[in-house]
Amino acid sequence: MALDEIKIGGLGASRRRVEDNRFIRGKGNYVDDVVLPGMLHMEILRSPLAHARIKSIDTSAAYAIPGVRMVMTGEMMAARNLAWMPTLSYDTQAVLATDKVRFQGQEVCAVIADDPYIARDGVEAIVVDYEPLPPIVNPTQAMADDAVLIRDDKVNQSNNVIFDWEVGDRESTDRAFAEADMVSEIDMHYPRSHPSPIEACGSIADYDRSTSKLTVYMTSQAPHIVRAAVSMVAEIHEHMIRIIAPDLGGGFGNKVPVYPGYVISILASILLEKPVKWIEDKTGNLISTGFGRDVYLKGKLALRKDGKILGVRMDTVSDHGAFFSDAQPSKFKIGLIHSAFACYDIPTAYLTNRGVYTNKAPGGVAYRCSFRVTEAMFFQERMVQAAADDLGMDQAEFRRVNLVKDDDFPKRTPFGFLTDSGQYEKCLQIGLDAIDYDNFKEQKAEAAKRGRLLGIGISTMTEPLGAGNSREYDILGIKMFDSAELRVHMTGKAILRTGAKTQGQGHETTWAQIVAHELGIPAEDIVVEEGDTDTAPFGMGTYASRSTPVAGAAVSMVSRKIRAKARKIAAHLLEVSDEDIEWELGRFYVRGAQDRGVTIQECAMAAYSNVPDGMEPGLENNAYYDPPNLTWPFACYISTVEVDPLTGVWDVIRMVAVDDCGVRINPMIVEGQIMGGLTEAYAMANMQFITFDEDGNCIGSNYMDYLLPTAWETPGFELHEVVTPCPHHPIGAKGIGECATVGGPAAFVNAVMDALKDIGVRNIDMPLLPDRVYEAIQTGQDVSGHPPVKNR
Amino acid sequence: MFPSRFRYEAPTSIEEAIALLGANEDAKVLAGGQSLIPMMKLRFANPALLVDINNIPDMGYHRADADGSFRIGALCRHADLEKSTILREHQPLLAAAAPLVADPIVRTRGTFVGSVCHADPQGDWAACMVALGGSVIAQGPNGKRAVEVKDFVSGPFTTVLARDEIAIEGVVPKAQGTRTGGYLKLERRVGDFATAAVAVSLDMSGGVVKNAGIGLVGVGSQTINASEAAAALIGSSLDDEAVDRAAELAAEASNPRGDHRGSADYKRHIVSTFVTRIIANVQRSEMQVA
Ligand SMILES: Cc1cc2nc3c(=O)[nH]c(=O)nc-3n(C[C@H](O)[C@H](O)[C@H](O)COP(=O)(O)OP(=O)(O)OC[C@H]3O[C@@H](n4cnc5c(N)ncnc54)[C@H](O)[C@@H]3O)c2cc1C
Repeated sequence: MALDEIKIGGLGASRRRVEDNRFIRGKGNYVDDVVLPGMLHMEILRSPLAHARIKSIDTSAAYAIPGVRMVMTGEMMAARNLAWMPTLSYDTQAVLATDKVRFQGQEVCAVIADDPYIARDGVEAIVVDYEPLPPIVNPTQAMADDAVLIRDDKVNQSNNVIFDWEVGDRESTDRAFAEADMVSEIDMHYPRSHPSPIEACGSIADYDRSTSKLTVYMTSQAPHIVRAAVSMVAEIHEHMIRIIAPDLGGGFGNKVPVYPGYVISILASILLEKPVKWIEDKTGNLISTGFGRDVYLKGKLALRKDGKILGVRMDTVSDHGAFFSDAQPSKFKIGLIHSAFACYDIPTAYLTNRGVYTNKAPGGVAYRCSFRVTEAMFFQERMVQAAADDLGMDQAEFRRVNLVKDDDFPKRTPFGFLTDSGQYEKCLQIGLDAIDYDNFKEQKAEAAKRGRLLGIGISTMTEPLGAGNSREYDILGIKMFDSAELRVHMTGKAILRTGAKTQGQGHETTWAQIVAHELGIPAEDIVVEEGDTDTAPFGMGTYASRSTPVAGAAVSMVSRKIRAKARKIAAHLLEVSDEDIEWELGRFYVRGAQDRGVTIQECAMAAYSNVPDGMEPGLENNAYYDPPNLTWPFACYISTVEVDPLTGVWDVIRMVAVDDCGVRINPMIVEGQIMGGLTEAYAMANMQFITFDEDGNCIGSNYMDYLLPTAWETPGFELHEVVTPCPHHPIGAKGIGECATVGGPAAFVNAVMDALKDIGVRNIDMPLLPDRVYEAIQTGQDVSGHPPVKNR
Repeated sequence: MFPSRFRYEAPTSIEEAIALLGANEDAKVLAGGQSLIPMMKLRFANPALLVDINNIPDMGYHRADADGSFRIGALCRHADLEKSTILREHQPLLAAAAPLVADPIVRTRGTFVGSVCHADPQGDWAACMVALGGSVIAQGPNGKRAVEVKDFVSGPFTTVLARDEIAIEGVVPKAQGTRTGGYLKLERRVGDFATAAVAVSLDMSGGVVKNAGIGLVGVGSQTINASEAAAALIGSSLDDEAVDRAAELAAEASNPRGDHRGSADYKRHIVSTFVTRIIANVQRSEMQVA
């Protein structure tokens, strides 16, 4: 008899997360938990200024402190050709500053000492003489005629523009606007934010001269890419490099790039022939590592009177900070921002983007965004709401008119992607019913009479997850496939390794469920291991919601290879030919004689004890999966809010989420991902941003200023689901890791803007802090929020 | 965290603690540690010696005394006050503020007296004490003295405590009639310091305000005693005119700086809005009682 799939922890089982066993007991093993014999400790001196020329660095007082082993400077790095490193976006980034500092928090020196206290004492003892330069904190300043040149290190760089990029069809879009009944326009800034994993970044580099082997424990979401990058930069052969990413305390994209701290610790270990540990503090993480967003939009929709969108025009400017080190693998300069409007049926679209340097931390693109899809969908849904208001049309009805219909798939998006599947209107309807849409509109009108401001906001979107197909996505030329390796032991237990790297997503739980689904081996009999480049198969790592679409697919495929071999073994054991063998979950049997069968476990034992003649013994294999397309989950988020007109404080009344991420492997984990994402969405809409003052000081450099919401203020979420299996994924799954972070913010902001609609306000930049909302109510004007922060 | 090098002592009597403070330059009292330890982590504070007072017995109390005063010992935690029924009974303003100080984790360690001693312009308790006309009892080698909180804080993060003095107690004076009042705080998130907060204390008798105090948080370089605003309420029956006047004067008394939490005008506006709201809430709850 076939096994009960739920009972063995297969597809659809809300199995408890196996990794939590060690986490809730405090037994996780993070980089900072690793202690190696003779290990030294490194601390980085960071620039207090946003923009300054370095006149001199005096390290003598630091060297005088007992226990200080070495003070590393840009000059020392330069002598080894390591003062600068290449970025994933084909720019360069300073490892330790030589000529200038270009953002507050930039790495200037590093002290290596016997313990971390002494290392910090050493950092305090270094004297740097700076000559301040004017800081640039926004693109307008960067593009001014008289702006100082930030990247004077680059030949052929005569201004602060990094690139100009365009996509779409300009001519046909211009035509659409010329023919439109009405044009709706809205401008906004998506503020800079930070992924802020609870565990900051860190590494322990351990170079062993006797074996020439370099081992690095590292907070990396993509250890194999790091191995490749280190071998290219440090000129150590790839087989002599072992990167180990142990347990990670969150990533959210922050742990994809290679940071100066890693590189410095590696060189320090080589020079001192000792393990060198570097653990970044929270401020270091917030002010110097990969941020998210910081994009400006001028958006326009060409509209027909009946609500049909005829064309989209988006002019965007992105602020990349001092170095263009976006960690994103697409062929497109500004990531997948042109996935905007993918869920709508729109004939034509055109987008321009200008990237600029500023005196701010580099490394854009991170924070649960799938390469700037977050900006795309936020802009899209804010533009959609503004257009509905301009037309005087109900916002739900306006979406209904424009959403792609169920039988139109696969559908070319306005900017040329190909969406795979979905039931958009159904999701919208479930959301509207759940929040009692019509009734709320009445309540809102009723409340308005008594001076209370209620609002309702919708956000509907599909996004591209699972980079990628290898034609369009690569990192430094390496294609974006992924891999899995499965070894089934003779007793039918197994170990699975993948090239992905879990940071909280629960791979140790869900990958085992996929194997259980494919092979009928109970999930609890499968151990999942990731993160060690000496043992795991090559993979591109975990970010951009790509693991289930890519590595998860590889897990399916490798399981199927194992099943194919097991089938041959079964035929041998049952003494029939291959073609007479049937499969049911966990068992092969003879066609027409269901009681004559062998279990997968019996096949495993036979693979080691009784293989048919001519067959290799053993039961293990691997699979590399190159996805044919991205997966396209859909989401509908609807929020209701009440705004206090006297303080500008707004409260969420309800938040309804309808997610269609295809087949759900572990529904509980999927719901956890959605709730976490909605919490981050709420944070960005309500309180969270990194800004800068006129002097280039980072505001948001600690948890008193950079706010993570707690259980206290986070609203409750009501989740609903629709399942449209992905047509090209082996088990029909789509990405889900980022949907709520991407689609959520617009629902909250649209709700507040809906509450203020009658006041005539069209936009308040996120976060919708009480003072901004109050200002909008008082003035009836839009409120912008870009840096420098106003000190009025 | 990796602070600068420091020594640590944990005396078991106040006298011993005072002697340690007197004998060492750069010594600091450690109470709940919820302000001092973060500053040491950031190396903004680098004391040579920490004198931990947590092992000194009998300082965790808070009580209503027979003379009508209310006393809070140096080791009484924010959480003790948050849970206290006698506080709610006798000191409505403090009871309203207690759940708004910091976050639940910080409240389990941080102390009321330590907060007043820290003299953070964004500290909640000092403003409440100013509104209540409360004092701090300081003990030094030559004995005890009482200092009114409005005079105790001498500037941002500084007090009039001598190097070898310990604040052993906070004292709230007897009410002149029935004590009422309230606390409102605009914060961006639980555990956030106030963008602006207002403490209002009212002692009422026969529907008339006998005594009043208003303390303001986060709208100046130190806790603000809005005494003129409070004076506008004294003798009134909380009629609209008096309340509007008090709200206006409180806004005038504040001297905020615009920053990423809001403009100066906005913060001033919040001050006046909160004065009005607190008094309206007081009146509403009184109507419910009556
Ligand atoms: C995350 C976070 C959020 C916070 N939010 C708020 C908030 O919203 N509102 C608010 O008001 N506070 C807030 N605080 C501060 C908190 O209330 C502290 O507990 C309080 O400010 C200090 O009390 P403590 O007992 O922890 O003092 P400590 O940190 O031990 O000491 C603070 C200072 O006072 C001195 N001191 C302490 N006790 C005495 C004494 N008996 N005699 C003489 N000197 C003494 C110390 O030497 C030190 O200089 C927050 C703290 C944190 C960490």
